[in-house]
Amino acid sequence: MSWIEIAVFLVLLALGYFFGRYAERSHYRSILWREQESLGFPLLTLRTPPSSLARCDASLVAGNVVVSVDYFKRFLAALRALVGGRLKSYESLLDRARREAVLRMKEQAMDRGAVVVMGVRIETASISKGKGQAIGSIEVLAYGTAIVPSRG
Amino acid sequence: MIITNLETVPGRRIARHFGLVQGNTIRAKHVGRDIMAGLKNIFGGELRGYTELLAEARQEATDRMVAQAEALGANAILNVRFSTSSVTQGAAELYAYGTAVTLE
Repeated sequence: MSWIEIAVFLVLLALGYFFGRYAERSHYRSILWREQESLGFPLLTLRTPPSSLARCDASLVAGNVVVSVDYFKRFLAALRALVGGRLKSYESLLDRARREAVLRMKEQAMDRGAVVVMGVRIETASISKGKGQAIGSIEVLAYGTAIVPSRG
Repeated sequence: MIITNLETVPGRRIARHFGLVQGNTIRAKHVGRDIMAGLKNIFGGELRGYTELLAEARQEATDRMVAQAEALGANAILNVRFSTSSVTQGAAELYAYGTAVTLE
């Protein structure tokens, strides 16, 4: 390995670390803020709506997000793969993605004037594993049925 | 057309079952989006281009499912599920399926 390669590697690592950390912090701030805002809105994983919601309309709502791992985290993961154990850097990534997807679904439901979202499901798919030159990205999809009181 | 992932629609009775309806689509990412994604791969964060791409693709899969249900004469699709799988490098399949029914 030449000196230039090592320098490029270190620069990428530093970029990944600083920008990744900044992005994660501001994302968490936004998530926490929006979660506070919509705290009173119920999301249920139950599949049978309560009988009190007899005169309501149902429609599908969904939120998705694709997130990518930064260079630094990928490096940490590669190191961690040598000894095994908990991969904290990926845990926070997936946690963020899931909360973001759920919030997007919730916001869509609130826009439609729903009172509750029933049958919430969260699904995670890795779009590409990130081997070699490929881009490691993970998609999280949250979907459910928004129950909207019918007008009239 | 009522689309829901519940097994019932509140306050409505199922008059007729038509069985499974499904829709799928396979999408490949395009190069322009991949360049942006390559940058994000260093910095991390959301790949907005992909988020939109997948949302559009999922909508298309849903539309195909709905078209199938309409052809059968159904007015609702219950118990809808989505699934995603990566078929080859750089392409993803989005699949939607559910049960077509007629509600009273």
